[in-house]
Amino acid sequence: MRKRDRTPKTYTRLTHPLVRDSREEPFRRATWEEALDRTARGLTAARGAFGMFSCARATNEMNYVAQKFARVVMGTHNVDSCNRTCHAPSVAGLSAAFGSGGGTSSYEEIEHTDVIVMWGSNARFAHPIFFQHVLKGIRGGARMYAVDPRRTSTAEWAESWLGPNVGTDIPLAHAVGREIIHAGLANEAFIERATTGYDDYKALVEPWTLSLAEKVTGVPAAAIRDLAHAYARAERAQLCWTLGITEHHNGTDNVRALINLSLLTGHVGRYGSGLQPLRGQNNVQGGGDMGAIPNRLPGFQDVLDPEVRRKFETAWDTVVEPHHGLTLTEMFEAMDEGTLRAVYCIGENPAQSEADADQAVRRLRALDFLVVQDIFLTKTAELADVVLPATAGWAETEGTTTNSERRVQRVRRAVAPPGEAREDIDILCDLAARLGHDWKYADAEAVWNELRSLSPDHHGMTYARLEEHQGIQWPCPSTEDLEPTYLHGRLWSADPAARGRLAPFGIVRHDPPVDLTDEQYPIRLTTGRRLDSYNTGVQSGGYASPLRRGESVELCPEDAERYGVVVGEEVRVTSRRGSLLAPVWVDTALRPGLAFMSFHFPDEVDTNQLTIEANCPIAGTAEFKASAIRIEKVSASGPALR
Amino acid sequence: MTAIPLGVPRRLVEFTLDGQEARVPEGSTILDACRAAGKDVPTLCEGDTLTPKNACRVCVVDVEGARTLAPACSRRAEPGMVVRTDTERARHSRKVVLELLASSVDLSTTPSVAQWIKEYEAKPDRFGPDAARVDEEPRVDNDLYVRDYGKCILCYKCVDACGDQWQNSFAISVSGRGFDARISVEHDGPLTDSACVYCGNCIEVCPTGALSFKSEFDMRAAGTWDEERQTETTTVCAYCGVGCNLTLHVQDNEIVKVTSPHDNPVTHGNLCIKGRFGYQHVQNRD
Repeated sequence: MRKRDRTPKTYTRLTHPLVRDSREEPFRRATWEEALDRTARGLTAARGAFGMFSCARATNEMNYVAQKFARVVMGTHNVDSCNRTCHAPSVAGLSAAFGSGGGTSSYEEIEHTDVIVMWGSNARFAHPIFFQHVLKGIRGGARMYAVDPRRTSTAEWAESWLGPNVGTDIPLAHAVGREIIHAGLANEAFIERATTGYDDYKALVEPWTLSLAEKVTGVPAAAIRDLAHAYARAERAQLCWTLGITEHHNGTDNVRALINLSLLTGHVGRYGSGLQPLRGQNNVQGGGDMGAIPNRLPGFQDVLDPEVRRKFETAWDTVVEPHHGLTLTEMFEAMDEGTLRAVYCIGENPAQSEADADQAVRRLRALDFLVVQDIFLTKTAELADVVLPATAGWAETEGTTTNSERRVQRVRRAVAPPGEAREDIDILCDLAARLGHDWKYADAEAVWNELRSLSPDHHGMTYARLEEHQGIQWPCPSTEDLEPTYLHGRLWSADPAARGRLAPFGIVRHDPPVDLTDEQYPIRLTTGRRLDSYNTGVQSGGYASPLRRGESVELCPEDAERYGVVVGEEVRVTSRRGSLLAPVWVDTALRPGLAFMSFHFPDEVDTNQLTIEANCPIAGTAEFKASAIRIEKVSASGPALR
Repeated sequence: MTAIPLGVPRRLVEFTLDGQEARVPEGSTILDACRAAGKDVPTLCEGDTLTPKNACRVCVVDVEGARTLAPACSRRAEPGMVVRTDTERARHSRKVVLELLASSVDLSTTPSVAQWIKEYEAKPDRFGPDAARVDEEPRVDNDLYVRDYGKCILCYKCVDACGDQWQNSFAISVSGRGFDARISVEHDGPLTDSACVYCGNCIEVCPTGALSFKSEFDMRAAGTWDEERQTETTTVCAYCGVGCNLTLHVQDNEIVKVTSPHDNPVTHGNLCIKGRFGYQHVQNRD
């Protein structure tokens, strides 16, 4: 067995702009003047075929300016971010049900609830400090149910662990719904008052008996019944989910299936009762709130609403097109069709984060012009024509970010950026000026105040108030008062006018994963995060974690025995899209036929060569959670081919 | 339908503190009342995010009618109580506690302790050089944090932070009894063989610097650690979407330590390994 180097590639900061005349040449150092001129030329040439990848890691202020750049300077709604690869289905599902894409409750409420359902979420690893609030709740007497194909470290704290087969969340949710209805535990008063489509929902879930669900999901009927009764009988209950729900080809449907349960029981719109999608990037909530998505203007205001458009047209002195732009996923497809020819990529690493990474790289290479603005020379930046060195949002700039509980918090500059690195907003404004738009922002607060003037949900959040309250949760329309910590209390109002639009049940059907397992690819591969690492590892590879043991393909002990492989042994992992070598790790949290990998070490083991780009038609998120693979022992003699 | 629970309204408790009338909300401790009145009562094992353990006894006060001195950090204020913080008995007790601690433990990195030793005229040296209890080298078994048990006063705060009060990892515990009691991980092995998840929430609560960032440990060893030259800036973590507030301690444009505000609604002073230690990437500058 070959010794593997456990130290991941470490990236050093970009300190000056890089340019090149053709993709065959290496980069050469350039002045800001030259780099920006080249960028302006590249973008001008591709007007009408332009896409902006904004950054879910940067501040709200930066995202506001980036989407304004796309909409005003380039005249397109083609602006999106890596929200598309994680929680876009949550935003789509919640908006469809409630008209707003945020989680409905707050961290503190989970400490004061009775039942907590963690569905497709290993928060103990992926959101450790959120999980401390869960632990407070459990210590206070709340019962937690973990629903996850893997028996994760989150499940260790559960009253009961339900381990469905990957991609059977809808049958499981429907069976829970049916059991609640049949046991007479549905909250009829709430359903009558606040929801629509109940009859259709009832008919939809009727076939999903406990025994059928057990057959399809693999979860014992008694456990499903137990979850249904615990959730429905609780005075207060929180339903939390992460990417185990959203990273499927029908992620939005999965989200709707969970929301249905909250509508059925009235576990939404009250203190301690709500829905909590746990967001994966420091500002992925804020990026969407700021309009860095193709269908919403800042303040999550609908592009298709003429009054909203008029407001922005007046404020920005421009024409806002009355249609949606392309999502990140659609932009990648448009690259193939040749209708998207230039991309401005800020702080994202799609060459390694997209499903089917080889295809993503091929598409990025085919662009006429690619400008990447980042703090590192990432794999995506290596494909660019111009690379612009930026500041690290969280430690080198002033601004705000918005967390999973909709709390807008101040980000502050603590260290000076290296070399010639510049703030994203300054770079964007310099480019806008070269393209004929003279924007003057004295500082981040000036950007924020422009946003406040346009977004009612953020209007009351002055920097001074954000400081005073240690962050404020949206909506915050008033500069005097604070709103409740939970959303949609309106649904409980006795007055129909105050109740507003009723919440529709989602009529969604089971649709198994696209990448089927068969004789050739008998193992289901699912992906996720590890405690000490993060995404493509560009950031988290930079510190010496004692927990890090590099990438491996994790198998259950039974499968390891079946394939005759041991911990550390390198095996070939092959899907219908790609093949790679990875060492084996044995994890008792898995079961026969289920393997696990993360995507934290793509320079070592590029897991996304295996994953499938089967996208949710509504939100555009790929099915990272379900690929079919096979494991092959690499012959002991002779080196394995990479 | 439930509104926001406000809790039971808290009555005010009136009692006498050093001859002055004090009014504090029911449930407050004597220490809370002292702090509200601007009195400096020394504390070591008390932690604002933890349940009092009454381990160090340095905060004791005189309660009229009580046989023994009471620890201000955990004794709740009661109506009509007469409390004196500055009696000869209380001062003498604190002095002896400081002498015992300072003679057996290295308190060189414990904030304020030098000033208290002066104030209470404590003479730790009177027990002689043999009083040192733990005589061992600091344990450097990973790149993130260092355990120097020669500085440990057995306050149990790290045990509580790692245990059921916050982190629930239970990597740290007390082993041994009586004079042999000490803080340890399982089987007294290296951290890397323990249940530790490197959240550093034990460092956050350690009052003496027995647990410290390796960056701080190395800089102190090199003589370059200088808190006078450090700035503290609170920002938001760059990793997941939970939104933990980080206070970056920066010296010469390098992040040297990360803490979190204890009154922050998201973190209550706690972080995970990425938030606490995952900052190096921004300063990989060449």
